[in-house]
Amino acid sequence: MGHPMRVVEKRQLLSAEEIARTLQRLAHEIVEKSGGTKDLALVGVRRRGVPLAERLAGTIQGSARVSIPVGTLDITLYRDDLSTVGPQPVLQSTEIAFPVDDRDLVVVDDVLYTGRTARAAMNGLFDLGRPRRVRLCVLVDRGHRELPIEASFVGRTFETSDSEIVEVRLRETDGEERVMLVDRVP
Amino acid sequence: MLQRVQHLLGTESLTREQITFFLDQSKPFQEFQRYPLKKLATLRGKSVALAFFEPSTRTRISFATAAARLGADTMSLQAESSSVKKGESLIDTVRTLQAMRPDGIVLRHASSGAPEFVAERLEVPVLNAGDGAHEHPTQALLDALTIRDRKGKLEGWNVTILGDLLHSRVARSNIHLLAKFDMRITLCGPPMWMPPELEALAPGVRRVPRIAEALDGADVIIVLRVQTERIHEPALAAEEYILGYQLTAERLRMARPDALVLHPGPMIRGLEIESAVADGPQSGVLEQVTNGLAVRMALLYHLVGGAPVDAPHPAKERSNAAD
Repeated sequence: MGHPMRVVEKRQLLSAEEIARTLQRLAHEIVEKSGGTKDLALVGVRRRGVPLAERLAGTIQGSARVSIPVGTLDITLYRDDLSTVGPQPVLQSTEIAFPVDDRDLVVVDDVLYTGRTARAAMNGLFDLGRPRRVRLCVLVDRGHRELPIEASFVGRTFETSDSEIVEVRLRETDGEERVMLVDRVP
Repeated sequence: MLQRVQHLLGTESLTREQITFFLDQSKPFQEFQRYPLKKLATLRGKSVALAFFEPSTRTRISFATAAARLGADTMSLQAESSSVKKGESLIDTVRTLQAMRPDGIVLRHASSGAPEFVAERLEVPVLNAGDGAHEHPTQALLDALTIRDRKGKLEGWNVTILGDLLHSRVARSNIHLLAKFDMRITLCGPPMWMPPELEALAPGVRRVPRIAEALDGADVIIVLRVQTERIHEPALAAEEYILGYQLTAERLRMARPDALVLHPGPMIRGLEIESAVADGPQSGVLEQVTNGLAVRMALLYHLVGGAPVDAPHPAKERSNAAD
């Protein structure tokens, strides 16, 4: 991107095995706290929320023997931190093939940070209809919120500094499976 | 790396990759037209000047709706109400417009090249909504989107364009665009509306005098609008046009059985097209209207949104924002 910032890997936060265990636990928590799977549907936020939502749905379906609809949401059009930043980002499509009205939705994303992505996702969802309930599920909560938003389901919480980046790398999107803490050094 | 488009002046200057990019970017907006709540805040705080120096209903409403659905404000300047009639020059009008600090200008003008003239003088992105008999790029893009959706791909079809080719900016923009996707383009219309220079516009273009030959093997038929003021005796009577060039259900059978029929509107039923064709299963006319909104939203999003090309990159990128 042309800036003289270097990115260095600091340490691994989660291994492939830990990610799998965490997702397993999250899937159970979602079913438990929802009081079943009635009207339940997952919405993955592009990009890495999508494979996570699919894996969670797979686990829930395996144990509860029901079909859980999974949609994908592109939040680009709903973000509030882009208008002054270079060229517009390329849009992906939102594919939610089920009506969201009266659904019990769980929005799935990889990292919860400022809360702006979650806010954008909610705006996007409410353009599609009126869900009965919307909750948020994230693999990692790294703190530094800029909005009054918390996740209902949190995989792991890590203390981070503002210059650090939590990189979730998934088989489907990155060809490897782990969560790394990286830092930017000038 | 895709060369960023700053102004949309015509399809002639767009590359195949740029066209594909805008068609791909229209997809999320096609989806969006089906949402119950059709309002985004993406271009909130931006304003788009709709400068129509020539009467237009469809294109103007389409651009105004596209801007509104993206959350932008519009300033409307129409020929009837503007100072153009009072003899103000184009550049003065445009300077006045710029003084209102729009973030984009949608321009329709009777003179070919007017959008380019304005784009050269202003910092603001200019979108050509039709200039003289030169270009109407958003129409060609929405036609291409409709073809790609209905036929599964954009490459390699036989496209026949019927009607008043001489005065048609829609035809020119379509010829430039379609030729970039290796289409074979057949033009057919009254001889006085089919000047030989049209064949030189792009490779793969041929002129055919008789409609039967023009429709034979066609995968896509674009019927152009015939302006009634151009139909008059003795040069050309309406009956003569209907007899020679109207797309009727009977004639449509000469094309491929799955041929797609497009018309930029407004249609004059019974003149250039028969109602049975316009309302038939092969017609893509209403999809064209919806696709027009999607294409214009995608263009406004990319051209009007975002910072200028030469803006400095922000020092701090947001980490863990969606990529």
